[in-house]
Amino acid sequence: MSENLHSDSLVERYHHLTMRKLLVLVVSVIGVIIVVGLFSVSAYDNISLMEAYRIIWDHIMGVEYEPRTTEWWADRFIWNTVMPRIVAAIVAGASLAAAGALMQALMNNPLADPYSTGISSGACFGAIVALVLGLTITSTSGQSGMIVNAFVGAMIPVGVVILISKRMPLSPAALILVGTALSYFFSSMVTYLLVITDADTLQNAYIWQVGTLDTIVWSSIPMMVVVTAVGSAFVMLLTRQLNVLSLGDANAKTLGLDVEKFRVVCLIVMAIMTASIVCFTGTIGFLGLVAPHLVRILVGSDNKFVVPISMAVGSFILVLADYIAMTISDVPVGVVMSIIGSPIFFLLILWQKKGYGTVY
Amino acid sequence: MSGSTIRIDIEGVEFGYSANPVLKNINLSVNGPQLLSIIGPNGVGKSTLIHCINKILSPTKGVVYIDGQDVASTTLKELAKKVGYVPYASSDAFPLSVVDTVLMGRHPHSNWKSLDHDLDVVYETLRLINIEHLAMRSFDELSAGQHQKVMLARGLVQEPKVLLLDEPTSNLDIKHQMEVTRIMRDLSQEKGILVIMISHDLNIAAKYSDHMIMLYDGGVYAAGTPEEVLTAENIKTVYGVESDVIMSHGRPHIIMLDPLFDDNIKPLDDDVYVSSDNRVVDRMERDTIVRNVLKEPARGVTD
Ligand SMILES: Nc1ncnc2c1ncn2[C@@H]1O[C@H](COP(=O)(O)OP(=O)(O)OP(=O)(O)O)[C@@H](O)[C@H]1O
Ligand SMILES: [Mg+2]
Repeated sequence: MSENLHSDSLVERYHHLTMRKLLVLVVSVIGVIIVVGLFSVSAYDNISLMEAYRIIWDHIMGVEYEPRTTEWWADRFIWNTVMPRIVAAIVAGASLAAAGALMQALMNNPLADPYSTGISSGACFGAIVALVLGLTITSTSGQSGMIVNAFVGAMIPVGVVILISKRMPLSPAALILVGTALSYFFSSMVTYLLVITDADTLQNAYIWQVGTLDTIVWSSIPMMVVVTAVGSAFVMLLTRQLNVLSLGDANAKTLGLDVEKFRVVCLIVMAIMTASIVCFTGTIGFLGLVAPHLVRILVGSDNKFVVPISMAVGSFILVLADYIAMTISDVPVGVVMSIIGSPIFFLLILWQKKGYGTVY
Repeated sequence: MSGSTIRIDIEGVEFGYSANPVLKNINLSVNGPQLLSIIGPNGVGKSTLIHCINKILSPTKGVVYIDGQDVASTTLKELAKKVGYVPYASSDAFPLSVVDTVLMGRHPHSNWKSLDHDLDVVYETLRLINIEHLAMRSFDELSAGQHQKVMLARGLVQEPKVLLLDEPTSNLDIKHQMEVTRIMRDLSQEKGILVIMISHDLNIAAKYSDHMIMLYDGGVYAAGTPEEVLTAENIKTVYGVESDVIMSHGRPHIIMLDPLFDDNIKPLDDDVYVSSDNRVVDRMERDTIVRNVLKEPARGVTD
């Protein structure tokens, strides 16, 4: 069996690398936990960090406090004011990062994300139509009308891409160009709607277009969580195929992957994931690019690791950005994301390994 | 290894990119495990033909059968279990490690529990072509030749019955060209697989191939043993190149002739040459003649 000795050490080395990747995952989860604590302390001044963690833990475990004690007040404040937006930041961060990683693998292009392909702008347009004109696809109005509109808006770019690719093969670069054209179109439509609306609606619509977690309430959470959980589980099941796709369409076909069908199914899943976030938070940029890029630099390009670790890193970045947004300046988190996101992205491009990523 | 044999039948295959036809009525039957080389000039449609076999392209006319089964009605997944493909170049937008890259060749066979077994197959294959030391390197940090060997390994771990190789040795040095081609030839016998290789190195192809196919003007110009295919006339017609074909160790060996060069200058010894009009000339004059022949007048030399 001496022949297998080397082979065993390959298996061993391979799994050893897996452990290192898990470390990055654990670090970002710890990062999230730390920011959650800081967030809670800032929500209710009279408690320490450790007390904040104990109160959150107790709440999760179902412990009831004596009414009107410090702990009781702290619990109520944390749970009603900051917890919805923390949970939303965690879920939205994970979802947007997963969608970005998925999009990049699908398009074989490190610059692809829900924004560069027009999906976010489509969702944004749909929701703004509901907000400004009160026009909804279904008869329901208010939040649920917006959700449906966002879904429909997100599906428009997907539909266009699918229609075009049925008539002629679309290279990843061409897909990005189509997406960019669509996203310019939707952006100008949104601008038009904002111009014609009244001041109050303009303020709401504008903040929402920039991306905010201020308006999140508990009732927004279940749908985000369910769609994100189902969507990301689906993506996790497909990481092998996503890796195969990175070899290029022709090679992926010869390894048994029905590339066109796979891409369409994944685009639809991604549109649903994106819309379910965008209709509650507005359009938060950069996360879908920054999180997967950072992760690829740290752990390599194997999607089996890129997808879950990007989700953790995405949660961490968005929670942190929202904490900064709330404590320091009370601006919409989308602004903070852009302010910290663009220099981070710039640095990532400078740091990345030579030869990593072909930019079209 | 005996048992199931393998055959490919190509019947009346035609293909063109947009309006311009590349393959015109290709008919071909290949039967049994062997190393088969496809040769022909640039742009004749060698890669296109291979893409018609593994369903990257669909022929506009005609049928490709693998073991009697129409490729057009075979799913990509089924086909991937039978037909492996090593492309000329591979995308590396998201480079993985060599192990992960080769591991992808296991995709048609793998399931959730097979990782360790797949890694064993990967390791054995890396060892077979002597690149196990590259296992943990990143795919985008390899030399062109190492790159090519990794892609070959990916095709091999697919454990196909038919292996299609598009110029698999174009970046390899002479030793590794021979080594890789010999391994392909031995594998075809040991594992009973049909290896189809596109090659521009006629001598290497002649040395190791069981059969050869010569493409010309969208069709099969010649097919058969290397000796049958590689005649001076065929090479003249298809490549437009004069040659002497000699036999070496039972295989044809081509000595390429260049009338523009060979006939004008014949080296006599180190510093003395004979020009085409049989004058004895020195090195400097020889160089002038060579430049003139190449239609590139030497600077500073006047006639
Ligand atoms: N994607 C494409 N679109 C349009 N024309 C193409 C395409 N790919 C190849 N061709 C053309 O089809 C012809 C055959 O190309 P193919 O790649 O099969 O040649 P080849 O025999 O493999 O050549 P080489 O020895 O240079 O690799 C060429 O004239 C080429 O220009
Ligand atoms: Mg070719």
